[in-house]
Formats: sequence, C-alpha cells, structure tokens
Amino acid sequence: MASSNAEKATDQLNKSSNALNNVMMPTTKTKTKLLKRDLMVLCLRVLAVLATASATIVMALNKQTKSFVVATIGNNPIKVSITAKFNHTPAFVFFVIANGNACLHNLVMIAMDLFGSKFDYKGLRLALIAILDMMIVALAAAGDGAATFMSELGKNGNSHAQWNKICDKFEPYCNRGAAALASSFAGIILLLIITGMSIIKLLKPNRINDIVP
Amino acid sequence: MAKTTSVCYLLLRVLAFGATLSSIIVMSTSHETVNFFTVSFEAKYTHSSAFMYFVIANSVVAVYGFLVLFVPSGSFLWQFVIFFDLVFTLLLTSSVSAALAMAYVGKKGNRYAGWLPVCGQVPKYCHQVTGALASAFIALIMYISLLFHSIYTILPLLQVGKT
Repeated sequence: MASSNAEKATDQLNKSSNALNNVMMPTTKTKTKLLKRDLMVLCLRVLAVLATASATIVMALNKQTKSFVVATIGNNPIKVSITAKFNHTPAFVFFVIANGNACLHNLVMIAMDLFGSKFDYKGLRLALIAILDMMIVALAAAGDGAATFMSELGKNGNSHAQWNKICDKFEPYCNRGAAALASSFAGIILLLIITGMSIIKLLKPNRINDIVP
Repeated sequence: MAKTTSVCYLLLRVLAFGATLSSIIVMSTSHETVNFFTVSFEAKYTHSSAFMYFVIANSVVAVYGFLVLFVPSGSFLWQFVIFFDLVFTLLLTSSVSAALAMAYVGKKGNRYAGWLPVCGQVPKYCHQVTGALASAFIALIMYISLLFHSIYTILPLLQVGKT
C-alpha cells in the first residue's frame, strides 16, 4: 500500500516535471531561432559594408591620364595630356556620395546592434532602423541608376547628339568604373534584403530580444 | 476620422498614379526636329537609353498604382503592398535619377569629354523632358509618403508589442 502510494507520488512527480519541461522548451527554441535571424542580419550588414565601401573607394580613386598626339611640327610631335577623373561627371560624384553614405549607415547600424542596447530609444528603435534602412536603399538605388546610364553613355556614345564615346581611349578607367558599379549592384541587393528583414522585424518582433526600448 | 484618413490616402494613390501616367505621356510625346541649313537634327526620347528606362520604369509603376487601387481594405494582400511599395519606390527613384543625369549632360554638356549641350538647338524637347521629370519627382514624393503610411497602418493590425 505504501509502495503503491510512493509509486503514485513518483508518477505524479514525473508527469509534472515533464509538463514543466514542455512549457520551458519552446522559449529556448524560439530564442535560438530568432537569434539566428539577428545573426543573419548582422552578417548581411557586414557584407553590405564591404560591397559599398569597395564601390566607393574604387570609383573615388578612378583616374587615368593619357597623352595624345595632336599635331606634328617637323619631326617633333606635340602631345596633349588629358585626364579622366570621376569628379568630371556629376553622376559619379553622386554615386560616390550615395555609396559612402550607405557604408557609414551600415557601420553605425552594426555598432548599434553590438553596443547600443544601453541607450533609451523610447520605443522607436525598430521603427527607426526600418525607416533609415529604406531611405539608404533608395539613395543607393538612385546613385546606381545615374552612374549606370552615364557609363553606358561613355561606353557607347550617342550618335544623335554627336557625343563621342570615351571608353575606347580610356579603357582602364572604364573597366575600373564597371567594377565599382558591379560591386555597388551587389551592395544594393544586400541592402534590399536587409531592409526587408528590418521591416519583418518591425512587424513581428522577438518578444525576448527586441522588447527592450 | 479614420474613414477620412483612408479616403485621403486613397486619393493620394490616385494622384500618384496620375503623376506617373502623365510623366509617361509627356516623355513619350517629346519629339522635335530642327533643320538648320541642310542638316536636320532630330531629338526623340528613344535616342537615349536612360529616357527609355525612365518610360518603362514609370509605366511599370503606373500599372502597379492602378492595381493597388482595387485591393479591398482589410484583406491579407496589404502585407504584400508594403513590400511592393518599397520595391517600386526604388525603381521610380532609380529611373528619375538616371533620366536626370542624362538631362543634365544634355543641358550643360560635359566639357571634359567633349560633349556639347544639346538644349540650345532643341528647346521644346528639353522643356518637355523637364516637365516629365518634374511629374515623376512629384510621384516619387507621393510614393515615399505612401510607403511610410502603409507601414504605419499595417503595424497595429498585426499586433506588434513595441512597448
């Protein structure tokens, strides 16, 4: 009789501890699942910093000087040296500024993610991140659009407006510009994914991690 | 009060659709032929790839704006409207920026590359392109405010704990 009571008691103890485990398990599972989402956003931000930084630096240091023979007097050719720089074209200047801003913004966001949990954002943290991300991706998209068409104009010229192409004379300049453009396209795709994830975080925040102000 | 606000934003969407539609129409009818001496100089929007991209992107955004007007309120499709609003605003801003870069070269030229400005010869074409760009810029501002509004509206519907 006493042993059956003891058995019943141990059974009840086991059942209650199982129930307790079932209640405890989901929270740790959701915590690790959503920590993966935050980690993915952080990795994407680091990649976006690298892509936009390389686009900015390659375009900003893009310069080529070439000397052309203009006329020949007797035996001496007269040479004129022409420089192709990125700031001759306003579209490339805008491209450099937009990508520089995108790089700085992502660096600040990474710092905020790692070190900024002590500040008081008054409940606006997720909304601020989402809105700033949207603004930066729009700026970077505008910079890319302008630079793409300006370099297409430099590569093919426009016969209707009598604008000659310049890429056949300044080939390394054009190739470096193309590399900067390709890098910034990769940056735009990454920024778009990051913005989408920030908006998803805004709409479905993690009740454990993001509930802080 | 809420009904007035929602009617207000529906009106904003109609205006944004109208603005993109008008920018397409103005850009695609910009055409000028100038004859001086024996040389005829024709300016059309198809001569420049940036203006073609501008017309195509604006027509895509116009079709989207037209379709969004018919989404019934309270349906599940409004979650996708946020994402599509963002993507099409990006498309619109990129097209405006590209056309603006091309128009700047047309107006001021680029003396380092030896490109002469074209607007002196075809002023009517240049004015029409300016009008199309201004209309698309207004549409862009409207789409940005609509993007912020759709995030603000969907937020309480999905019960967010923002504390």
